Amino acid sequence: MRHLLDTESLSRDHAIAILDTAQEMSAVGEREVKKLPALRGRTVVNLFFEDSTRTRISFEAAAKRLSADVINFSAKGSSVSKGESLKDTAQTLEAMSADAVVIRHWASGAPARLANSGWIDAAVINAGDGTHAHPTQALLDAFTMRAHWAGLAGTPSVGGDLAGMRVIIAGDVLHSRVARSNVWLLRTLGARVTLVAPPTLLPVGVEHWPCEVSYDLDAALEKGVDAVMMLRVQAERMNASFFPSTREYARRWGFDDARLARLDALALKDTIVMHPGPMNRGLEISSAAADSPRSTVLDQVRNGVSVRMAALYLLLSGDLKSTPAPAPSAALPLVKDLP
Amino acid sequence: MTPASYLIRSASLLGGATADVLVRDGAIAAIGDGLDHDGTTVIDAASLVALPGLVDLHTHLREPGREDAETVETGTRAAALGGFTAVHAMANSSPVADTAGVVEQVWQLGRESGWVDVRPVGAVTVGLAGDQLAELGAMADSRARVRVFSDDGICVSDPVMMRRALEYVKAFDGVIAQHAQEPRLTAGAQMNEGKVSAVLGLAGWPAVAEESIIARDVLLAQHVGSRLHVCHVSTAGSVEIIRWAKERGINVTAEVTPHHLLLTEELVRSWNPVYKVNPPLRADEDVHALRAALADGTIDIVGTDHAPHPSEAKDCEWASAAMGMTGLETALSVVQETMIETGLMTWADFARVTSTTPARIGRLTDQGRPLEVGEPANLVLVDPAARWTVDPQAMATKGRNSPFAGLELPGRVVATFFRGHPTVLDGALNTPCLHGAN
Amino acid sequence: MTRTSAPSGDRTSGAAAPSPSRMVLSAADIDRALTRIAYEILEANKGSENLLLLGIPRRGFPLAQRLAAKLAATDPSIDPAAITGQLDVTMFRDDLAHQPTRAPQRTELPASGIDGKVVVLVDDVLYSGRTIRAALDALVDLGRPQAVRLAVLVDRGHRELPIRADHVGKNLPTSSAEKVRVRLAEIDGPGTVDEVVIEAGA
Repeated sequence: MRHLLDTESLSRDHAIAILDTAQEMSAVGEREVKKLPALRGRTVVNLFFEDSTRTRISFEAAAKRLSADVINFSAKGSSVSKGESLKDTAQTLEAMSADAVVIRHWASGAPARLANSGWIDAAVINAGDGTHAHPTQALLDAFTMRAHWAGLAGTPSVGGDLAGMRVIIAGDVLHSRVARSNVWLLRTLGARVTLVAPPTLLPVGVEHWPCEVSYDLDAALEKGVDAVMMLRVQAERMNASFFPSTREYARRWGFDDARLARLDALALKDTIVMHPGPMNRGLEISSAAADSPRSTVLDQVRNGVSVRMAALYLLLSGDLKSTPAPAPSAALPLVKDLP
Repeated sequence: MTPASYLIRSASLLGGATADVLVRDGAIAAIGDGLDHDGTTVIDAASLVALPGLVDLHTHLREPGREDAETVETGTRAAALGGFTAVHAMANSSPVADTAGVVEQVWQLGRESGWVDVRPVGAVTVGLAGDQLAELGAMADSRARVRVFSDDGICVSDPVMMRRALEYVKAFDGVIAQHAQEPRLTAGAQMNEGKVSAVLGLAGWPAVAEESIIARDVLLAQHVGSRLHVCHVSTAGSVEIIRWAKERGINVTAEVTPHHLLLTEELVRSWNPVYKVNPPLRADEDVHALRAALADGTIDIVGTDHAPHPSEAKDCEWASAAMGMTGLETALSVVQETMIETGLMTWADFARVTSTTPARIGRLTDQGRPLEVGEPANLVLVDPAARWTVDPQAMATKGRNSPFAGLELPGRVVATFFRGHPTVLDGALNTPCLHGAN
Repeated sequence: MTRTSAPSGDRTSGAAAPSPSRMVLSAADIDRALTRIAYEILEANKGSENLLLLGIPRRGFPLAQRLAAKLAATDPSIDPAAITGQLDVTMFRDDLAHQPTRAPQRTELPASGIDGKVVVLVDDVLYSGRTIRAALDALVDLGRPQAVRLAVLVDRGHRELPIRADHVGKNLPTSSAEKVRVRLAEIDGPGTVDEVVIEAGA
């Protein structure tokens, strides 16, 4: 693993290695000296073409806990907003000896392009690209689920997966890099995923994904669920005819008080409620649900630092770096022979 | 200076019988066995196939305005190397080819270059903006004698505008070449909408956005009794609609690009913008439907949609990249690979879809002619057994954006004769034809 | 240390193709050595007060557990679990960028912590001294022991740092081409017979 670009190509072994390493990293946050010297002298660049204070500070905390030097680069107000290309920006950063580039970009595929174009040698970590992928978010979600799942089974988290866990991911799947990354990672880890969304917010082609799809949140909950992950509804979707009104959306697809109570009625006492944040309280999730003991929202934030420490550590040291990621083959032609 | 004459020895005419062809004074002077070679330059064409020079109905030469991407000179050199003797230069230059002045300028640049006939395509609407008809008649009457009109790159999406354009060009036997793309359904679109776009999180370009426009346009063409040409058909559904329209007797012709005959959307997974094109690469089943349609005549012609771009337009993230691929220097090989090597077509069929029919649609009188005595000597000699590896750096086009880079393909253009003059000899550029141009 | 000498790890017990090897410590030898070390530790510390045994993963940890059990056998006031811990040094190594990536192991300290304790670091093989250097750094981040001592089962020489062991099971002259393999039932699986062997280098 040379880069962390998506979860579709992440093997089960690598995924579990990241989660296990994150487990050990999580202990560091509880110590008096919250720092490890592992990446001393290494430089990590946070290259953010899209605002995301939460993700950036999580990566920054992770890199700093590993003693790396951190350079934050925000595209806003920089030469990028004056038309500098991704290539030139990246090469400028590499000239400053970046060992890893953590990139957040509005364009799907920008991290992969950066990693595979030959522009730079640094390890690339995708911190969210367009509507494509957000692998560290999916890993921290899986980490949170695994801790819960292992706790229920009374088994250690380390080495474990999510076999048999039932997960609902509900909301704007069409525009969600979080959903895309979770679907593949949770599949790899053995969970059973059901996507719940209005038909307008599911991508054409979702039928090929390794998950179930439903338009009915209540029916999906009835079938039994161990984790419910609510996705954020972006403001710009609200007036684009994806659904008639926020009120109707909240009623049909929001995790409201009634559905929170429904979990109790269904005797699903151990089901957790997740949200990648930031939340639209009262839209996709009610305050009561967000603040209930079932909510793992803050655990997810905490685990984000551990998972990102693990990713940085594994990519910047040793042999995972030497095995090239299975880059998408550009072998031609890809047309199958005529029948 | 007396123009040289050439004796093409033992070529396989349209892939069939072998004969000698004598080229003199810009025309085919004789065809037969053992022709006298006195005073001629002899070209040994044993094992070569002789075809009428290729005619492209869909080329972006970028001049005027984007000479950093391509010029008439570089684009027509590429065309000659690809076996072409005529190309239609699309109207989306800067300024747009929407007046007699601009089309005459392009036509004149083509004449001065002398590598192929350059036939300008006129814009349908002023500035390709879709609000006001361009002066179609003035372009038709100009020295460029424009017959093909297109807003290519942009769809004439307003049905009233499309109807008027279809009606108006009847006055001078013109044709509207439509870029079929419903704009609202494709806002921000980056690739084919389907299995791959779902995974990659790229905004989809649904097949229905092409098919709905084609369906509307064939009905409009029927209603007003005009001639419609559909550019770069890319979906199986479009093929069905065109087949239906032809069965109803509607006067529609259709084009497919070489890249849509070979490549699929799976390539987008590489995130390499060299595969970004409009219409987008589609699925396997579309490719198979397009091949079958070209073989059975539902699709009439191959058009390259040669679209060179400067390197910075592709050396970036996918969403920021320009759409388009170069194609002039690979078209013959890709069509051989996809249609002839697969047994779907003969070389005679190849001549029909790459030369005869495109010339007829464009109303070119001295291109796409039969290989017969007295016809203009616009010819190409192909070595069908040769194989070569595509290297964009070695091409004559300024564009390095070939999606076939690194691919080994069959078929090599050995010689191209334009008006009886070899613009290409031994697979390399020779000299342009600067005499006798009309 | 075996870790620095064998990049693929000291974990490969018997899985590799058989290479000429000779046993240098049998199960009984190991047990006797640990018994002796246990007595030495008590003697040096003048009793069991404040003692903490921290094993370095992977084989240092079971050795620390065995030593704790032996201490408890001589001093019934000792709760072996309460004075045993594990100290992972992976993140403190000086060769992280040059060696295959190591997944970090767990660091587990007894509830008492290490402040003011006499910490005995326990490892199986002492070689370059770099692992112990890393362990000392790791300790500093966890607290301030009163003293730190080092107990190893085997000292094979070839030190690259000014580090020496306080308690040694056996001094073993080796060439640096040779590999020292320690096999312990706790790590290498039940049924493994404890032993230390020297394998000829490739």
